Amino acid sequence: MEFTTLLFYLFSVVTLGAAAVMVFSKNIVHSAFALMFSLIGVAALYVLLYADFMAATQLLVYVGGILILFLFGVMLTSQGNTLDFKNVTVNIVPATLLSLSAAVLLILVFLQTDWVISEQPQPSETVHDLGMLLMGDYILPFISVGVLLLIAIIGAILMSTRLTEKQAGGN
Amino acid sequence: MDFAVAQWLAEPGLNHFLIVSALLFSLGLMAVLSKKNVIMVLMGVELILNSANINFIAFSRFTELSLEGHMIGLFVVIIAAAEAAVALAIVLNMYNRFRTIHLEDIFTLKG
Repeated sequence: MEFTTLLFYLFSVVTLGAAAVMVFSKNIVHSAFALMFSLIGVAALYVLLYADFMAATQLLVYVGGILILFLFGVMLTSQGNTLDFKNVTVNIVPATLLSLSAAVLLILVFLQTDWVISEQPQPSETVHDLGMLLMGDYILPFISVGVLLLIAIIGAILMSTRLTEKQAGGN
Repeated sequence: MDFAVAQWLAEPGLNHFLIVSALLFSLGLMAVLSKKNVIMVLMGVELILNSANINFIAFSRFTELSLEGHMIGLFVVIIAAAEAAVALAIVLNMYNRFRTIHLEDIFTLKG
């Protein structure tokens, strides 16, 4: 068995196990930390797929950004000064049935489809080619997504500042 | 038979990555469907987006979709970041108004 095979199974187990801990944990802070390990496992899977820039982006944006945002959300919305962040599960039977059937159907479809596999020449690094694509064929989506991020920043700041002003006025 | 299965397990190909992403998707769906807390639902959405991204990168490694798959994955990550920021701001507003973030307790349309 090759070394990359072992690495693939190791990181798959890390990803899926941490995701399972995230879903079934009783404490929402534990869930957030399990989500961190799951996202790191996904980044390692990207490295195994020769996507170095995507792996770095995953680490920077998800683990460094979105996860911190989630932790701030947990802190700012905890009721009172309690130390236990309860994580209530509802509809456990229909949710389990639906997600299990989704997994089984997806795996069946993936295994039965005859994918046209072609061995691509793998570049040692993808950053140069991705940059050329971004500045060439993908220049319009690139600029649009920049505008989208600007709108998202302005919207988030607007909502949060209105919140604090209302709190100050109410008190 | 056993030899074929062992051979299939020993060489991770496209199908292995697709199965990992399918399982990750079902776990995310489970979190979205069964949690009362809005932040847990958002975490489940992130898991679903990640599973879709694994699919894109796996297809770009093993099929003709070469670098285009990386570009699609990059845009998915960017839009997920914007979504998370706006969603957290909405959740904070919701907590300020209703004093709860449990989805069952929030049913007012015109506050």
